[in-house]
Amino acid sequence: MFSGFMNWVDARFPASKMWREHLSEYYAPKNFNFWYFFGSLALLVLVIQIVTGIFLTMNYKPDAALAFASVEYIMRDVPWGWLIRYMHSTGASAFFIVVYLHMFRGLIYGSYKQPRELVWLFGMLIYLVLMAEAFMGYLLPWGQMSYWGAQVIISLFGAIPFIGEQLALWIRGDFVVADATLNRFFAFHVIALPIVLLGLVVAHIIALHEVGSNNPDGVEIKKLKNKEGKPLDGIPFHPYYTVKDIVGVIVFLFIFSLVLFYMPEMGGWFLEHANFIPADPLKTPEHIAPVWYFTPFYAILRAVPSINASAFPGVVAMGLSIVFLFLLPWLDRSPVKSIRYRGPYFKIALTLFIISFLVLGFLGTQPATELYTLIAQISSVIYFAFFIFMPFYTKFDKDKPVPERVTS
Amino acid sequence: MKHLIFTVFLSLFSVQAMAAGGGVHLDHTDIDITDQASLQRGAKTFVNYCLSCHQAAYMRYNRMAKDLGLTDDQVKDNLMFASDKIGDTMTIAMRPEDAKKWFGVTPPDLSVIARSRGTDWLYTYLRTFYLDSSRPVGTNNLAFKDVGMPHVLWEQQGYQTKDPETGELIAPENAPLSTHEYNQLVHDLVNFLAYMSEPSKLQRMALAKWVLLYLIVFFLIAYPLKKAFWKDIH
Repeated sequence: MFSGFMNWVDARFPASKMWREHLSEYYAPKNFNFWYFFGSLALLVLVIQIVTGIFLTMNYKPDAALAFASVEYIMRDVPWGWLIRYMHSTGASAFFIVVYLHMFRGLIYGSYKQPRELVWLFGMLIYLVLMAEAFMGYLLPWGQMSYWGAQVIISLFGAIPFIGEQLALWIRGDFVVADATLNRFFAFHVIALPIVLLGLVVAHIIALHEVGSNNPDGVEIKKLKNKEGKPLDGIPFHPYYTVKDIVGVIVFLFIFSLVLFYMPEMGGWFLEHANFIPADPLKTPEHIAPVWYFTPFYAILRAVPSINASAFPGVVAMGLSIVFLFLLPWLDRSPVKSIRYRGPYFKIALTLFIISFLVLGFLGTQPATELYTLIAQISSVIYFAFFIFMPFYTKFDKDKPVPERVTS
Repeated sequence: MKHLIFTVFLSLFSVQAMAAGGGVHLDHTDIDITDQASLQRGAKTFVNYCLSCHQAAYMRYNRMAKDLGLTDDQVKDNLMFASDKIGDTMTIAMRPEDAKKWFGVTPPDLSVIARSRGTDWLYTYLRTFYLDSSRPVGTNNLAFKDVGMPHVLWEQQGYQTKDPETGELIAPENAPLSTHEYNQLVHDLVNFLAYMSEPSKLQRMALAKWVLLYLIVFFLIAYPLKKAFWKDIH
């Protein structure tokens, strides 16, 4: 009965073929470790955000006069509204935690290297769109931090010479962040960017499944195949990694629930205290800080000195800090992918890079004192040095021999 | 190393807490929104003293009745002076523009004030009004310098004075309530404000353990399943 039905479908749509290509006969290396959970978890969080987002949209009002109240209405009067809202707000931060860990995995195991350059590029585009999505979503609750955060970030476009002011005006649709801004950010947040995001995720996965997954040893498992042409060190994604990822999903949801139920504000990091004050265009908060996931880039922005009272150099530096990540596959000249077989230069460089990224992340949340600005400048130099000197230190590094087959 | 990470982690949270306080030392009070007796006392103080200039436009009377263990009639008879329908939100008759004229600033809505200010700040603020003849309302405040709000709870606390040398507040003689009693009154009020800032917290705390329990049971099934499938790998 079922096979008859599937034959009917398969004659018209490649359902079984896709199932085989992407799951039951997609061969993944058998040595995935802890770091390989975050791809599927990112997909899970994406689904959580889309589903909860749909339900939030049913009661949210994208109107400067009503937005703040409609969020409180969701929190109080909509049945289970508080749960949906906290899933969405916690999900936003969880998305960035998962994506940062996913990107870190790519860094340590060289997953961006040939032949996976496009996987990395699609991934970076996802990250870029995700930042835009989060930024626009953060305006919607229309609290003080929503409002002034958006005001500060949009005014950065104003720092671009000649066209800046006009560009910022065009983005806002008004001379300050206002109802028009809220309306268009809502449109981008719920329609435009999610569509782009979903398209990029599909491209990311198609590209990955075309070349096959990397692994902690950085060995290409397709080089060694058995008589049937299956990789010796590969196992079908389904059922092996589906059952394994379910365990990862449960552990993730456990931690996610701990935050969601016991500390949804995360001490002011996931939901900022000042955002419980309705947006007031006449009252600038004492200290404006973006949400934690943007703070490394915000710290770089502030660390670069202004020229002729223009913040443009800082804006350029912030842009470059993201652009360099795109270039990673071509900056890395080492023949070795995984950190397990890399030499000391790369290990030291990567360690310094991660430390500088975390320090910048912390400094971005703090008021810019003289000492903090100095530390931010040093950290920014390290951040950029990691990329600029990469072609040299990776080329001359004392890499170790890479084994033929995956270990453990 | 673990200890170090933990310390850094904690200090991050305290940084945020301090940022909300604006540099003033804040007195701590323990919040327990499951303490219905405290919430009921706090609600009484709230509707008698706050809910004439401030509103709580997102809070409904009948929601409060349900969460505080009161009947609708009890709320109507004892706590509803500003509205007449039990399904109403806690709004007031004073127009914002009048308020601005009288106080220099429209008194903020208090629905979510405990989430923006923090409960320790509110507890400190409501206890540190003192006489200051230089201010139009005759009082000033330690936590909120030059605040436009007068000392509304003076009937309870009396008027404190500030020692010009030490800067410490001196309790009034013959105060209606003792310092301890007044602290208790403010504690109950702040407890109520904390409840009001997020009534669904009662639900989320009650639901949490069942969700976590479900995930633990799910894990106990999923992990052996993974082990069984992976038996022949490696």
